Amino acid sequence: MALPYASEHVQFRESVRRFVDKEIAPHHARWEEEGVISREAWRRAGEAGLLLTNIPAEYGGGGADFLTSVIMIEEMMCHVFSGPGFRLHSDIVAPYILHLGTGEQKKRLLPAMARGEIITAIAMTEPGAGSDLQSIRTRARRDGDEFVISGQKTFITNGQLADVVIVACKTDPAAGAKGTSLILVEASRPGFSRGRNLEKIGMKAQDTSELFFDEVRVPVANLLGREGGGFGHLMSELPQERLLVGITAVTVMEAALRWTLDYTRDRKAFGRTIADFQNTRFKLAEVKTEVTVARTFLDDCILKHMRRELDVATAAMCKWWLSELECRVVDTCLQLFGGYGYMREYPIARAYEDARVHRIYAGSNEVMKEIVARSL
Amino acid sequence: MPLFTSEHEEIRRNLQKFIAAEVNPHVDTWEEAGIFPAHELFKKLGTLGFLGLNKPVEYGGQGLDYSYALLMAEELGTIRCGGVPMAIGVQTDMATPALARFGSDEVRRAFLEPSIAGDFVAAIGVSEPGAGSDVASIKTNARSDGDDYVINGGKMWITSGTQADWICLLTNTGDGSIHDKTLICVPMKSKGVTIARKLDKLGMRASDTAQIYFDDVRVPKRNRIGEEGQGFTYQMIQFQEERLWGAASALKGLEMVIADTIEYTRGRRAFGRSILDNQVVHFRMAELATEVEALRSLVYRAAELLVAGEDVTRLASMAKLKGGRLARELTDACLQYWGGMGFMNETSVSRFYRDFRLMSIGGGADEVMLTILCKMMGILPGSSNKA
Repeated sequence: MALPYASEHVQFRESVRRFVDKEIAPHHARWEEEGVISREAWRRAGEAGLLLTNIPAEYGGGGADFLTSVIMIEEMMCHVFSGPGFRLHSDIVAPYILHLGTGEQKKRLLPAMARGEIITAIAMTEPGAGSDLQSIRTRARRDGDEFVISGQKTFITNGQLADVVIVACKTDPAAGAKGTSLILVEASRPGFSRGRNLEKIGMKAQDTSELFFDEVRVPVANLLGREGGGFGHLMSELPQERLLVGITAVTVMEAALRWTLDYTRDRKAFGRTIADFQNTRFKLAEVKTEVTVARTFLDDCILKHMRRELDVATAAMCKWWLSELECRVVDTCLQLFGGYGYMREYPIARAYEDARVHRIYAGSNEVMKEIVARSL
Repeated sequence: MPLFTSEHEEIRRNLQKFIAAEVNPHVDTWEEAGIFPAHELFKKLGTLGFLGLNKPVEYGGQGLDYSYALLMAEELGTIRCGGVPMAIGVQTDMATPALARFGSDEVRRAFLEPSIAGDFVAAIGVSEPGAGSDVASIKTNARSDGDDYVINGGKMWITSGTQADWICLLTNTGDGSIHDKTLICVPMKSKGVTIARKLDKLGMRASDTAQIYFDDVRVPKRNRIGEEGQGFTYQMIQFQEERLWGAASALKGLEMVIADTIEYTRGRRAFGRSILDNQVVHFRMAELATEVEALRSLVYRAAELLVAGEDVTRLASMAKLKGGRLARELTDACLQYWGGMGFMNETSVSRFYRDFRLMSIGGGADEVMLTILCKMMGILPGSSNKA
């Protein structure tokens, strides 16, 4: 079942493509070396109407549907431009604020986020707690009309640039999951500091960082959603996050297949093209088949999601199965590039570097399998 | 009959001490820099006799049999990256075997002796931008001009290419057929040799890999290894040792990845227990350890036969094929259990993940190994029956 792209989507895709060609492509290799994209690129994305496309217009968003997020992923990831953390900002943080925020919070944050003036992050993971989110230790102590936050987060996307961070904290350390709250922290608050921009094996242009909170005071009005409701709030938005990984995986697989067909049809060895070898033909036939099945499953998940019918277990299947397939497909394709597949100037090498984290972040595949197992 | 004797074990201990003192403390720095100091390191290795274990005594080697080369290959696998062992392997088992076996006394004095001593850094120049697996279709040619060859062409993916003193170059000396290729020792400082660029690679980052141009490079004919026109044959023979070396050098590295992963997952806790205590995790470690032992048996068997004077093309190719595939599977599986830390450059598992990916490509891609094996099984279309 094809996705219901309309003429507005076609136009949107063209404008994204133009933006990527002009504002991302010339800089991405340099951003990889620097480990972060420019703030200017964020602002330009905002000006071009490419941030928060899925958020209602009354809050400065694009007022468009989820397919605009799909298009953003496709147009960036077909080039392996994984530096800009637009997805996290637009499709993870913004929905939390839209669904959980007070009128004041939404008005204060969403329009500026849509303009790219405020860059956001969400901080759940800690050095001692990744998959096991219940055991986070960052503490938010109530003191009058303020929360006082102390702790440390790590692997935080947009960590070097974020102006506002949603921080998962323990407001009641004795209460397990029910003692968790989400609190907005502005980077300008005293006591907040950014740690290292972490050096990763892939997604090198994406600023992934440690964040430190040393008795950071924020007004109680910075609470996002219900006190103690943090865990439940996180669960409600995770299916979309998992779907985004699936969309990325299929986009990259489809691109990898295209690059590999082009390369193997051109590259000659032993008197013919690499594409002429039966081994190549059959490997690519297998890839094509798997990618087609993947695309069918993904589109079904996207449509369910747009009807608000994507359940947690199906989102988990989407995330683990597609990311695992992506790694296998990209690996197979890389092999067909021979020595060039090992050269970072070729997109297949960078796709290989990037793909590996898709099985780890947004909930490791082991957690995904546990979720699916429980649904049986 | 055990492959390794007490003499072997003494060499193994010395090598382990050397690696612990002179190599592993610096690997992180070299990875960051994208290069390791080959002259410095090779001189130290050479002085201790490690660069000529199975090379002729007349040129400073130890004259020992292949089992010693195997031992060294295996121990190099304890270096905490793939790039440095690879460069050492080029020096001992890829750029020099043909020279040692087929070179004249004069050319061996000029190039083999200093390489064994660690005064020269060696490179092997076979691959070109347009010819990797298809060695027969290389274009670099060496035109005869009096007592010299004049060489034109280019090579690609040359390990230690920015530091090498000389390169063992496979060239066309005739019409480009496989019977018209020649191996020539080319000093890298010769006029006309240009290092075009240092390549930015997915892994093996401590090893400098270069693209090199040769523009009317003049070398005396006495730099030729063996007979003109025999280069392809010599290189094919040289490949056997390269392939077996590759598989041998993977063994301890892969075991280190398992050990590091067990250590990490034992200490890391989630959901009330260590990651290691999850059945899928400890079962997977056992599966992978089994595979490494199976590969080791294949490698040792090939080495024993080589020591006994047999042709081990078949087993060496199998070992290389299996090694490359196991290395990918094992590093990938182990990385997953490190969670987010597996994606960080600072962990050993992520470095080995990147480094080991090359094994299925460099030194003869998997597809080439498969083609060789099919030929030997007599099942490659068009080839004559060979057992």
